Amino acid sequence: MEPIIQTEKLCHTYSAGTPFERFALVDVDFTAYRGEYLGIIGHTGSGKSTLIQHLNGLLKPTSGRVLFEGQDIWESKERTRQTRFQVGLVFQYPEYQLFEETVYKDIAFGPKNMKLDDGEIDRRVRQSAEFVGLGPEILEQSPFELSGGQKRRVAIAGVIAMEPSVLILDEPTAGLDPVGVSDILRNIHDYHVAKNATIIIVSHSMEEVARTVDRLVVVDDARIPFSGTPREVFAHEEELVAMGLGVPQVTRVFHRLRRLGVDVDDTVYTMEQAKAAFLDVLKRKGAV
Amino acid sequence: MSDAIIKTEHLRFAYAAEGGLSPVVLDGVDLEIEEGSFVAVLGHNGSGKSTLAKHMNAILLPTGGKVYVDGMDTCEDADLLDIRRTVGMVFQNPDNQIVANVVEEDVAFAPENLGVPPAEIRKRVDDALAMVGMSEYAAHAPHLLSGGQKQRIAIAGVIAMRPRCVVLDEPTAMLDPIGRDEVLKTIRLLNREYGMTVVLITHHMDEAAQADRLVVMAKGKVIADGSPRQVFQRVEELRAVGLTVPETVELCWELRREGLDVPLDAISDEECAQALYQILK
Repeated sequence: MEPIIQTEKLCHTYSAGTPFERFALVDVDFTAYRGEYLGIIGHTGSGKSTLIQHLNGLLKPTSGRVLFEGQDIWESKERTRQTRFQVGLVFQYPEYQLFEETVYKDIAFGPKNMKLDDGEIDRRVRQSAEFVGLGPEILEQSPFELSGGQKRRVAIAGVIAMEPSVLILDEPTAGLDPVGVSDILRNIHDYHVAKNATIIIVSHSMEEVARTVDRLVVVDDARIPFSGTPREVFAHEEELVAMGLGVPQVTRVFHRLRRLGVDVDDTVYTMEQAKAAFLDVLKRKGAV
Repeated sequence: MSDAIIKTEHLRFAYAAEGGLSPVVLDGVDLEIEEGSFVAVLGHNGSGKSTLAKHMNAILLPTGGKVYVDGMDTCEDADLLDIRRTVGMVFQNPDNQIVANVVEEDVAFAPENLGVPPAEIRKRVDDALAMVGMSEYAAHAPHLLSGGQKQRIAIAGVIAMRPRCVVLDEPTAMLDPIGRDEVLKTIRLLNREYGMTVVLITHHMDEAAQADRLVVMAKGKVIADGSPRQVFQRVEELRAVGLTVPETVELCWELRREGLDVPLDAISDEECAQALYQILK
């Protein structure tokens, strides 16, 4: 696998040299690979937001380096600017950042800044609206007339319209109901597939990341204590709970089942895996 | 039932639309909330659950039917103050509910407005902060607190009015798991230790599972009403209206479809593990 974004010994200190000095990241080595679907988990204050803001140059490292496609993003002004177009960042509650008169203009803001021609801007606005499931009739409406879920999609479309090769989303499903959650996750997945884009999704919901990501990075206390496939990461139930995180509910049930003495695969983390693992136990017992 | 603190009768509501047909948000809701109970109202976005909540202390008034708070008709202007004293509301975004620069001043805001004497205000603020576990933050600035702490301050601000019932409209939607846990613990404590009636509006299944009673709304109507154990067994109906059930119940339901005799009322991790263990024995 080819790395697309890396950090090397990344440190970030807020309010350095004052009594409020706080080490938000300490010697963090982070890698995201091209085309992967990566989850970042960590509780509030762990440093995860500070980390993602370094990945597109919104924050400058106190020390250490951030590399995009192998090159230091702070090497030159042009390099930093190009990285910001290539690495799209969708903040938490992005619907509060809409500001234009129409949905069309709001989505077009990024591509316009990239100095693309009008035809290309138009194509991108329409295509990204389609990615997030917004019909053409919505484009001429004011974003402020839309529902909360629709507003959030407009905000995501605004970032997708820059066609970033890496799309980072901070808690994209926060506050949505189950249907809203699965819609947004499907939209993100569609973009991932269509553009072979790298997706980095920050989440509090273990069930949600378990369903979507290839790999998980855990951030705790300004460091990355472990990362790996969901299966590997969720094996650390006690440590995750101590960090204020946890594991998906089905994983917890299967850990308990194992403690009851049942010889069951307790590395499951999705419903399908849990069902298959349980049926497997029954089969081995000859009950089915 | 005479001990209903909130009662709705054929409640209908439609927002006023400019010269056209306005969509009906609540379409004939009959509900009685018993004093001292902990009721969760569950529904997807647009189901009418928040609109229902806003009828419970006369923020909205019915366009059809009636709402009674402790026997008072919410349409009676003269009773408005008593209704608001009886039922307090907590909203989703803690930042929109905090008005003062110091925690204890914020909590004192409502009793001051109610004309409560100063000595009594002092006592109420201290009591309210103790009830939400925030006494040590009395002199702090609210903007430096975490989301969960801010929401507990908002709850303290409401209970300083000494309401008999608190209605919380998605109080944890903007909080992280630690914050959600803090708020849920506080809510349970208010209900169990202090006997306060609690109505929790939510779309989180694990929160709803903690209530005594679960009311499910869809398209402006109540489609299920019972204990969480009873309601969660209706997996297919809940899915049809855009809701999910806890993963424990979903797993048991999936296994039932495979022909296994698993009960559908195992909600907690332990209950589910035990139910599966029984099958293997």
